[in-house]
Amino acid sequence: MSARPASNALRDPWWLRLPLLLLALAFVALFLVLPLVAVFGYAFEKGVDFYLASLADEDARAAIRLTLLVAAIAVPANTLFGIAAAWLITRFSFPGRGLLLSLIDLPFAVSPVIAGLIYVLLFGAQGLFAPWLAAHDVKIIFAVPGIVLATIFVTFPFVARELIPLMQAQGSEQEQAAITLGAGGFAMFWRVVLPKIGWGLAYGVILCNARAIGEFGAVSVVSGHIRGLTNTMPLHVEILYNEYQRTAAFAVASLLALLALATLALKQLVGWRMRRATQAENPP
Amino acid sequence: MRAKHRHALPGFGLTLGVCLAYLGLIVLLPLAALAWKSASLGAAEFWAIVTAPRALAAYRVTFGCAALAGLVNLVFGPLLAWVLVRYRFPGRAFVDALIDLPFALPTAVAGITLTALYASNGPLGRVLEAHGWKIAYTPGGITVALVFVSLPFLVRSVQPVLEHLEPDVEEAAATLGAGRLTTLWRVVLPTLWPAILSGFALAFARALGEYGSVIFIAGNMPMVSEIAPLLITAKLDQYDYAGATAIALVLLAGSFATLLALNLLQLFTVRRRSAGAA
Repeated sequence: MSARPASNALRDPWWLRLPLLLLALAFVALFLVLPLVAVFGYAFEKGVDFYLASLADEDARAAIRLTLLVAAIAVPANTLFGIAAAWLITRFSFPGRGLLLSLIDLPFAVSPVIAGLIYVLLFGAQGLFAPWLAAHDVKIIFAVPGIVLATIFVTFPFVARELIPLMQAQGSEQEQAAITLGAGGFAMFWRVVLPKIGWGLAYGVILCNARAIGEFGAVSVVSGHIRGLTNTMPLHVEILYNEYQRTAAFAVASLLALLALATLALKQLVGWRMRRATQAENPP
Repeated sequence: MRAKHRHALPGFGLTLGVCLAYLGLIVLLPLAALAWKSASLGAAEFWAIVTAPRALAAYRVTFGCAALAGLVNLVFGPLLAWVLVRYRFPGRAFVDALIDLPFALPTAVAGITLTALYASNGPLGRVLEAHGWKIAYTPGGITVALVFVSLPFLVRSVQPVLEHLEPDVEEAAATLGAGRLTTLWRVVLPTLWPAILSGFALAFARALGEYGSVIFIAGNMPMVSEIAPLLITAKLDQYDYAGATAIALVLLAGSFATLLALNLLQLFTVRRRSAGAA
């Protein structure tokens, strides 16, 4: 954070500062801190043994495995795409570049429910490809492939969005130099581009992963809620909660909340490293 | 244009191919299915679905609660940004990191937690209902969930503008004898409006489509507390794919119109800035 000169003209007087600060902190306490604390409070309301038993439950473990599997496919896929898109958009100019840029952001403007719906329209029982899928005995909707597709859709822009402004700002002089000195495309990528974009890439991947694991609406539409088979962690939380197994629901939810906390911590760390890296490049 | 020697860089064909194929398969083809499905409805039938009383009520709840939540954050978002950028207090870094919690916390977790807190037997719900305020299972509950979900948009769009605000205008205002409140209101706030409005638009667009954090606390009563995304899933549950598609198109049109307005606003601000600089 930039240290500001303590000019008196920029300082709010105490009678203004104190109420504003208290109001802001009260809002944060009510809307952010309280819910976060409540997740863990409810998760442990029946004790540690009950908490551990809820997590060791067969369906809970299946949900955790499925969620990790889905993230393990969706995040690398969108990472590769994000790198390719950022390279294309920041290193070349071509007709339709602006349009491509807005299309990449498109999934953010689409409600998660609609993200699920579009895949049902394509691959569902009455879908466009239903006859072909039936003939080849392939199941996408109410099965794992549908969950993966819907997750890829909602997490589509994360990596590209972090990389594009970063690579735009960095410019391409180093890559030009590497190529001029005779480096091949992949050598240039591994030795020059990847080290340059590393922290930004990590930032995008962290955000992409958090959303992939936590996605609810889109996955809910395509999953079919089959216990042990197509239930991800957020869907398992929903089922437990609707069955009045509140403590068990919060136990699984607390794992997701821990993931959110880890995401926030990593995000701070990476943001701090990125600022240090840019400061090292152009000292004040 | 720096295009000339850019051609030296490799990978144009490869990345273009990867991007177009991936974008086409994951995003464009599925979205085209919306158009394909709605085309199977006649115009009259489409109109009847999207203007049915239950659908109209769902838009009212969705757009109304999203706007109300946006207004709450219109006040608290810039306030939080101001406090985080200008004040020094213990725990500032923690609060700053926590602002992104709604982005990081899965929506279903937010949904069940807010419901447990605001329900009649919850710690907040008990106090509020003693004063006659029922939040959970009403549109009030939907608004609370949307305030939570859309808060970071307002804070994060105003914060960088405040960080880069030049101190000399404020100093000039103070030198010329303006009180601190006058300076904030007449000098600082006007420079923030573009950022505040763009944060509001992003928050509103997100709130329109929000599902996970809302459905637990909403009560989901048709005509009263049913949001449009829930109406879509309700129609899907009855295998009414065409009906779900029609409502989805209305909702999408709402989000796109919001984001288009935002782009026009940014274009306008950039033009005015460059006109002012010239």
